[in-house]
Amino acid sequence: MAGKASEQSIQQMIAKSRARKGKKIIEKTMPKLLFIAAALSVLTTFGIVFTLIFETFEFFQRVSITDYLFGTEWLPFSGKEPLYGILPLVFGTLKVTGIAVLVAVPFGLGAAIYLSEYASDKTRRIVKPILEVLAGVPTIVYGFFALTFVTPILQQLIPSLKIFNALSPGIVVGIMVLPMIASLSEDAMSSVPNSIREGALGLGATKFEVAIKVVLPAALSGIIASVVLAISRAIGETMIVSLAGGSTPKFDFAVTDSIQTMTAYIVQVSTGDAGYGTTIYYSIYAVGFTLFIFTLIMNLLAQYISKRFREEY
Amino acid sequence: MKYLNDTAVMKRMNLRLKMNKVWKAIFIVATTFALITLLILLVRIFSQGLSHLNLNFLSNFASRVPEKAGIKAALIGSLWLMAVVAPVSILLGVSSAIYLEEYAKKNRFNDFIRINISNLAGVPSIVFGLLGLTIFVRMLDLGKSILAAGFTMSLLILPIIIVSAQEAIRAVPQEQREASYGMGATKWQTIVKVVLPAAIPGILTGSILALSRAIGETAPLVVIGIPVILQFLPENLLSTFTALPMQIFDWAKRPQEEFQYVAAAGIIVLMTLLVFMNSIAIYIRNKFQKRY
Repeated sequence: MAGKASEQSIQQMIAKSRARKGKKIIEKTMPKLLFIAAALSVLTTFGIVFTLIFETFEFFQRVSITDYLFGTEWLPFSGKEPLYGILPLVFGTLKVTGIAVLVAVPFGLGAAIYLSEYASDKTRRIVKPILEVLAGVPTIVYGFFALTFVTPILQQLIPSLKIFNALSPGIVVGIMVLPMIASLSEDAMSSVPNSIREGALGLGATKFEVAIKVVLPAALSGIIASVVLAISRAIGETMIVSLAGGSTPKFDFAVTDSIQTMTAYIVQVSTGDAGYGTTIYYSIYAVGFTLFIFTLIMNLLAQYISKRFREEY
Repeated sequence: MKYLNDTAVMKRMNLRLKMNKVWKAIFIVATTFALITLLILLVRIFSQGLSHLNLNFLSNFASRVPEKAGIKAALIGSLWLMAVVAPVSILLGVSSAIYLEEYAKKNRFNDFIRINISNLAGVPSIVFGLLGLTIFVRMLDLGKSILAAGFTMSLLILPIIIVSAQEAIRAVPQEQREASYGMGATKWQTIVKVVLPAAIPGILTGSILALSRAIGETAPLVVIGIPVILQFLPENLLSTFTALPMQIFDWAKRPQEEFQYVAAAGIIVLMTLLVFMNSIAIYIRNKFQKRY
């Protein structure tokens, strides 16, 4: 009897130690599997950078890099002598982005100041989620809105406005990034401690003076970072500009004519039938790479500003 | 003797108070501008699209005739796409978040991963399209399939899921982990049986919001070269397919005015899907929200 009991317990011990070994294996392998998942984001970035670089390199085998960077005409589809000067596409992008900033910054900041300095808790709790809804509307819907609603209205006001122009998508991109500026700036302003506000109010300042002379400067880094992020988003925006902007790359400052942005060009080629391996096919990678550089600089700048100039309370 | 000029002080004070009122009104106008735009956008799309929205629209395939054009292929295609994107992106995203929150030591490589994730979130979606076209469509030879588009979309929304899952995991109090260790549980047991169950509502909320972003995203699909006029439904993960935003894009581009109504009807379907997903997310957040 006693022997059997000890036998059993030995068996149990073996079973237990086996289970423990299984446990140990799990304990050791799971972190590694999880690490692979986390490293995938790094791989994705490398994937993006390398595909862009390789295909862009192929493009520059065929088109000279100086022509690309300084050329003022972008005519890839003109049969015999295609011209690949990026500047018209960059100008188109900057026009739309500039108009978007002119819309988004005043309205976004106005909304942020109202929500953080004037609005009651209840109003803020209702208005902020609605603004977030605005941010969640798919860009294709905004594009449709720009083309079928904003452009016709603008045409009533400005008769010379073409169906495809820079103004209408610019305004709508501005509306798209407005919630981003409003929400991030509101966060920055709300994190300014109340004691500072109360100090200013106690000295006899009005709410407006507190907002402009005290809270705004204190939250400035967060506000600038939100604007830079919004610019980055506007540069990379695709569907609004490809629906309402047109496909005429131009190297000028006119906003009432048809334009083309970097993103809209990529869409134009993708929806057409530029064969694999043609110069046009490689050109979308060169344009994509240029776009990537623009937005990367903006994103890094925003990170730098919000870190470097963060006010600590 | 009088040091203050009362009338001047009063005048100045009134001016400042007036300024305050005027600017308050301006700030309110700025806020309502955004809200009114949203209202106009919704009213406009519903008034345009409702007349075209009926059961035929949902059950018909795409057509060159606006009256016959339907959204069946795109709707089913979008659901297939989600069937790939949801498991892939949530599994990868949550795994990354667990690694970063529970295992990652503070060293350069882990810092690099963190910075990298936030930078990846700022890369334009069309660039992800270029990545998908090169890696999944051409190199891995998946073609313009659900799988290729699904992988591309998963990578696109991965940063959002990672960040929201990280926040959810971080919100689980340290005491719960310590209690679990104190009972003799191992690290992995603690993660699976204590941390994850507590963090699941937050993870789900973030994931659904990320998925609703993926369902409305158009640019990567355009770059991959997803076709639009399809008369059949996808059969497996390697089938060609089309998706809601692609279909809307195609209709919106057409010069005939009738297609505007068709596009608006498509947008209503897309927005309804988004509202549905968002309300699930809000429901989960409200129902399972815990404060420690």
